[in-house]
Amino acid sequence: MNAQSVLAKYSRHIRNRLLFIALVMIGIVVVGMVAIVSGAAGIGYRDVIAVFSGSADAATNQIVMQIRMPRVLAALLAGFALSVSGAVMQSILRNPLASPFTLGISGAAAFGAAFAIVVLGAGSMVDAGSLYQDAAASTRNGLLMRLGDRYLIMGSAFVFSLASTFFILAIARYRGVTPEVMVLSGIAIGSLFSAGVSAMQFLATEAELAAIVFWMFGDLGRASWQEVSVLALVMVPVWLFFTVMSWNYKALQSGDEYAQSLGVNPFRIRLFGMLVASLATAVVVSFYGIIAFVGLVVPHIVRRFIGGDETFLIPAAALFGALFLLLSDTVARTLFSPVILPVGILTSFIGAPLFLFLLLRGLGKSYWN
Amino acid sequence: MHISLQNVTFRYDRDPVLKEIRVDMDRGDMVALVGPNGSGKSTLIKCINGILPVREGDVLIDGASVRTIPAVQRARRIAYVPQTEQKSVPMQVFDAVLLGRKPYIQWRPSRGDYERTAGILERFDLVDVAMREVHKLSGGQQQRVFIARALNQQPEILLLDEPTANLDLRYQLETLELLRDLAGGGITVVIAMHDINMASLFASRVVMLKGGAVFASGGPEIVTAEHVERLFGVKVRVVQDNGNRFIVPDRT
Ligand SMILES: Nc1ncnc2c1ncn2[C@@H]1O[C@H](COP(=O)(O)OP(=O)(O)O)[C@@H](O)[C@H]1O
Ligand SMILES: [Mg+2]
Repeated sequence: MNAQSVLAKYSRHIRNRLLFIALVMIGIVVVGMVAIVSGAAGIGYRDVIAVFSGSADAATNQIVMQIRMPRVLAALLAGFALSVSGAVMQSILRNPLASPFTLGISGAAAFGAAFAIVVLGAGSMVDAGSLYQDAAASTRNGLLMRLGDRYLIMGSAFVFSLASTFFILAIARYRGVTPEVMVLSGIAIGSLFSAGVSAMQFLATEAELAAIVFWMFGDLGRASWQEVSVLALVMVPVWLFFTVMSWNYKALQSGDEYAQSLGVNPFRIRLFGMLVASLATAVVVSFYGIIAFVGLVVPHIVRRFIGGDETFLIPAAALFGALFLLLSDTVARTLFSPVILPVGILTSFIGAPLFLFLLLRGLGKSYWN
Repeated sequence: MHISLQNVTFRYDRDPVLKEIRVDMDRGDMVALVGPNGSGKSTLIKCINGILPVREGDVLIDGASVRTIPAVQRARRIAYVPQTEQKSVPMQVFDAVLLGRKPYIQWRPSRGDYERTAGILERFDLVDVAMREVHKLSGGQQQRVFIARALNQQPEILLLDEPTANLDLRYQLETLELLRDLAGGGITVVIAMHDINMASLFASRVVMLKGGAVFASGGPEIVTAEHVERLFGVKVRVVQDNGNRFIVPDRT
């Protein structure tokens, strides 16, 4: 064998990874179409085509364009954001347990939401305005909330999740930026905030309590075009940033000192990586509540297929996460139809055993040490 | 390239771990840093490539303070083979060696980067294992991967921290011969090592470190029984064979 045949072999290897990404994209299109036609309203593929060619009636148009489409896009974007954040956090912290969820960012957001509901009084339910574009979902939950309150809750969740990130980064800065310190301080902060949520629940009135519990179930039923556009607007630069940085993350895998010898500044790379990943997570969580395990599990699944090379893992995990959450949400909507399960409950139910399974299967393979 | 250590003192905490080190290393030198565990060999290597910031004294690379060279420029000139490789996600040999191109990669490798990597794999006899995972190779092959990765940086200075520590005799010789060839090709090679006999056989210059200070420095002829006894605190004697001098422990 010579250099040429090595190159040929390596290109085949890369092609296989690209094939995986292509398959995931096809999967997104297929599941996306299924998701648009499934649901209580009895929309068929014909109706969807009619909507896009502009010949559908107003009601069908309304359901497809105002309810189903934003929800599908929300699932894709949220899955994308959570998974890409999880993949990046696992890489730069060199820890298989790192994720937006385990690092306490979701917990901080939950506290922020509870804080807004109980202390800032955002939880009072009134009859004016709707929490949902999807009227069916809002009446099902019996919750109607003022629009202003919704934004207050979102804003507070966002502020607290970013605050927890800054806190983790500050601790890391204070005593050397070892990945272990970041992971452990994330876990500590996570439990602090969950204690905070419990305290809020204890102090809450019945109506506020309901609002907190309801918010904590990650639910894409809250999706509207407004949030979807904000999410898309945030995800484009996030995606570009991680793509440009992926070689730095790859260098960090062989240790900080080796990375430094390649001209990489581990502290700076980690700081900005964590910041951007947390920002992406914070947006998703403040919009849709806690969707657990996606950011933790998806990178592990993808690693099984294409290995741990960040330059492929990051885009592949992002897309697979989009597919994963869309599929989960579609199942959650149809499993007990007409009852719609919040997708956060479903991802917790499948995520935890899936993670255990991957862990046990991985023992012999030892991905990290 | 010329490396000049000018009164380098380094502290992790309060006490100095390196004390006023003054050494010069030339282009084409193969420098062996020898000394007992904890004498500061690893620390010195990390000071040369700027992983550790030198604040007292200075490290000059061709006359320029290493602090003033931008990180990427530094990485294009100085390559480093660490003592222990961090175990993490498994990496294939090709990817590992390609990583050496990092200082030249903006956000993705060029065609030239791939071709150069394939060429280096061929030169290092790693073609057959190119798609295997690094941690599944033998110790000798792994060391070749790390040296190949370092050379993929096209360095003018190559720093290696105990590259022969986990190798059997044959691989030790193979590795040191390879490094000597690289030095002969004009690279300044600096190797931290324990084995004083290997150092005197292969190095063109030997720097003995004791307690963070230079204890002796010069050609291989400074590896004498007297020096070694004082350096390691053991009794040794010299055995002559075939024109080579070997230091062996004296157990009488
Ligand atoms: N990161 C560190 N923090 C504090 N002290 C250190 C650190 N690394 C090494 N040392 C100390 O510096 C001294 C020299 O260590 P080192 O350079 O690793 O020696 P060698 O490589 O010759 O065995 C030792 O006393 C060691 O304990
Ligand atoms: Mg050492």
